[in-house]
Amino acid sequence: MRINRRHFLQLTALVGGGMALGLYERPLAGVLAAAQGNGGTAGLSPRVFLRVMPDGKVVIEAKNPEIGQGVRTMLPMLIAEELDVEWSQVQVQQADLHEEWYGPQFAGGSMATPINWEPLRHVGAAGRQLMISAAAKRWGVQESECSTHAGRVLHTASGRSLGYGELADDAAKLPLPDQSTLKLKDPKDYHIIGTFTSGVDNPALLTGKPLFGIDVKVPGMLHAVYQKCPVLGGKVKKANTEALQKMPGVKHVLVVEGTFRGGAVIDSDPGLEPGVAIVAETWWQAQVARKALKVEWDTTAGSPTADQQSSKGFDEKAGQLLKEPAGHTLRSYGDVDGALKSASKVVEAVYAYPFLTHAPMEAQNTTASVSDGKVEIWTTSQTPGGGRRMVAKELGIPESAITVHLTRTGGGFGRRLMNDYMVEAAWISREVKAPVKLLWSREDDFTHDAYRPAGWHGFKAGLDAQGKIVAWRQHMITFGEGAHAASSAGVSAEEFPSGRVPNYFIGHTAMQLCLRTGPMRAPGANALAFVGQSFLDEVAAAAGRDPLDVQLELLEATPVPLPESEQQAQRGPEEYRFHAERLAGVLKQVAEESGWRNRKSGSGRGMGIAAYSCHLGYSAQVAEVSVDADGGVRVHRVWAVTDVGRQIINPSGARAQVEGAIVEGMSHTMLEVTLADGHIMQSNFPQYPLTRIRQVPEIHVSWRITPNSPTGLGEPALPPAIPAICNAIFAATGKRVRTLPLPRSGFRLA
Amino acid sequence: MSVKLKVNQKAVQVDAPGDTPLLWALREQLDLVGTKYGCGVGVCGACTVLVDGHAVRSCITPVASVTGSSITTVEGLSADGSHPVQKAWDELDVPQCGYCQSGQMMSAVALLGRTPKPTDAEIDTAMNGNLCRCGTYPRIREAIHRASGQQMPALRD
Ligand code: FES
Ligand code: FES
Repeated sequence: MRINRRHFLQLTALVGGGMALGLYERPLAGVLAAAQGNGGTAGLSPRVFLRVMPDGKVVIEAKNPEIGQGVRTMLPMLIAEELDVEWSQVQVQQADLHEEWYGPQFAGGSMATPINWEPLRHVGAAGRQLMISAAAKRWGVQESECSTHAGRVLHTASGRSLGYGELADDAAKLPLPDQSTLKLKDPKDYHIIGTFTSGVDNPALLTGKPLFGIDVKVPGMLHAVYQKCPVLGGKVKKANTEALQKMPGVKHVLVVEGTFRGGAVIDSDPGLEPGVAIVAETWWQAQVARKALKVEWDTTAGSPTADQQSSKGFDEKAGQLLKEPAGHTLRSYGDVDGALKSASKVVEAVYAYPFLTHAPMEAQNTTASVSDGKVEIWTTSQTPGGGRRMVAKELGIPESAITVHLTRTGGGFGRRLMNDYMVEAAWISREVKAPVKLLWSREDDFTHDAYRPAGWHGFKAGLDAQGKIVAWRQHMITFGEGAHAASSAGVSAEEFPSGRVPNYFIGHTAMQLCLRTGPMRAPGANALAFVGQSFLDEVAAAAGRDPLDVQLELLEATPVPLPESEQQAQRGPEEYRFHAERLAGVLKQVAEESGWRNRKSGSGRGMGIAAYSCHLGYSAQVAEVSVDADGGVRVHRVWAVTDVGRQIINPSGARAQVEGAIVEGMSHTMLEVTLADGHIMQSNFPQYPLTRIRQVPEIHVSWRITPNSPTGLGEPALPPAIPAICNAIFAATGKRVRTLPLPRSGFRLA
Repeated sequence: MSVKLKVNQKAVQVDAPGDTPLLWALREQLDLVGTKYGCGVGVCGACTVLVDGHAVRSCITPVASVTGSSITTVEGLSADGSHPVQKAWDELDVPQCGYCQSGQMMSAVALLGRTPKPTDAEIDTAMNGNLCRCGTYPRIREAIHRASGQQMPALRD
């Protein structure tokens, strides 16, 4: 088959009968560019998404990695709806990595919905149109006299009907329908989109079939563990490799020099870290051997000061830096100092939050088989394309020599945007000349992450006599160098309430850090919502006003536009910009649903409200908590109202994302990762109290349906959960949570 | 060294030292990979199996300690997903990433075995050792209620 890039769709007859229909987006640079391509303007080019078999079975390729966000079910629903088949006729298959065929294949940034909403429905609609054409031709009737239902074309006038399977061979020989004339369904006729649909992997999953990366098995495979230095980038000076070689099952013990690249700002994926690989017949044997491993490390190989870093040190330094002017101005307009001086009231506070680790349930792993310069990989990556590039670079082989198979993944949360484990597995396989499954231990996972960065924010707000905010200053202490913030450690010039108060300043000062940082579910937003929405609540309390009114007042203010020159180069199409009325809309609705206006606070019980917009979605939440005499917090109820446009595609998956985001937000209030002498101090779940079932509140999920294109739900519902809980604690106790985790502010989730 | 076990009502033999954790014997020797590794220290529940009907963390259970027992893994609930707990899990679409779910289901089966109609509080107590990083807890509660009070198939003789 020749790939013709000028056409949007491609139709192919299948060997052995049936037809295949595909569509393709040109690989686009970056997530935003991809979002801009939505609406069918991205070059679509042919490849198989959809096959109709002679027996009427419909096979749909799920192209994106499944990390628990439900895409393996949700994306095929789009095709099946427009094709007009029954969901039970559909069989979903996981596609391998072929970005040249399928377009971007990644899981991140809540982008699967906005990128695929239009094009995948087009594939389905084109398939349906072809079936109608084939049937009309066979019957010698007008296409307009034909309709479809449940995978059949019907000619009502004559009472005839044909199944898609019977028409597939004919359809494969027809010219492609013109994409601009394709008719998409009226949403009121949807029978798959908008229907609660259980995960397509459930039957295999619930019976324990091999599905995940950790379950991969290839002939002749060995098992590896990889011990890296507890201090980032540290190298092996000496290791007892010979003693280990003699241990049961152990086949190889190798010291890996690594390609780790340090510098003033560490990349989230800084190359292959040095370490010792132990390869054995079984993973357990490799792990037992590791317990006998003795390594002398050069802990300063990554950075001369790496082993002197500590959370305490950063805390003290941040405290000093907050007393000084910001090193880098992000946005400044009006006269903040003047307005603060003349304000009737000034509110000042410092907020702080810690490093966090992703800790997905499935520890990092990859199976790799390198031989004759060819590499075959089975991986759980969220960015398999990026991983392939990284493997090619570190191993010095062309990308075309690497085949990547995507397995189901036991949780992503952003951790698997990084591909360190993929490179390690490929490297070890090449060295030992055998297929190798590398599996990290939970301890490896905790101590070698690209962490959600810690941060400190100094706020000052001025109020006028009516309790209106007239000045807002935010100084963030973060990591990086100069104007350059480390991965996921930045704040933007448009951080709320930028442009919505008359005098405003936001800037940052960066400290150097020798630790990988990286995106974690709702990156940036998961921390910025906590500080911004908590401080806003504090300001409202100082003004003696309802925080809902203060927030709505800001959202209804005429914005001070960002100067043209400072506008982010790629902000995407109009509907993907921040729309204040959508945030105001979810706030009003959640207030309504939770009975916010009639709330009673004090005597140990209270409600808190917060809202945030990120990743093209808008979510507002109200939490109700009670606090006992020892600071034990019980979250009783959470109401969440979210606006992700006009259509909820799979109500099951959509609700699940919100429920999960709230449970994860609760975890954020309790967790921290700390550093001492450059070592990560938490190594397993006992030191990292993720939310447990008995802590889970009653969760009310609802939607605000607005006439916007549907967008994703992986991230937007997480950020507001954290400040909603913290604000509720204030309402219950009069004590403000300014430092997370809660125990650092005198509270804990009971 | 070889250890004799009874897994999913079948007598099997494992070629591993007696101190090998049951988890790794199941996964690496018996190809029963539905049982998952999460923490290796008995605190996440991903590796939960039934030993004589009780929920046990297989990552900290040496194979030598369960030689005379009847072991049930998720594969032993039913091969076709027809066990009431599997069915409830599918109908309510409990899994997100799904990684923790075999452990969750095994804990749920153990709970329903001793308390056929558990309250929310009883569910929370029984299930608190099973971590779900994706936060499927509200649906786990609901699914246990849905499966409760039903006839459970015998999983051991
Ligand atoms: S793996 Fe056994 S309890 Fe976590
Ligand atoms: S479903 Fe992902 S950890 Fe439970």
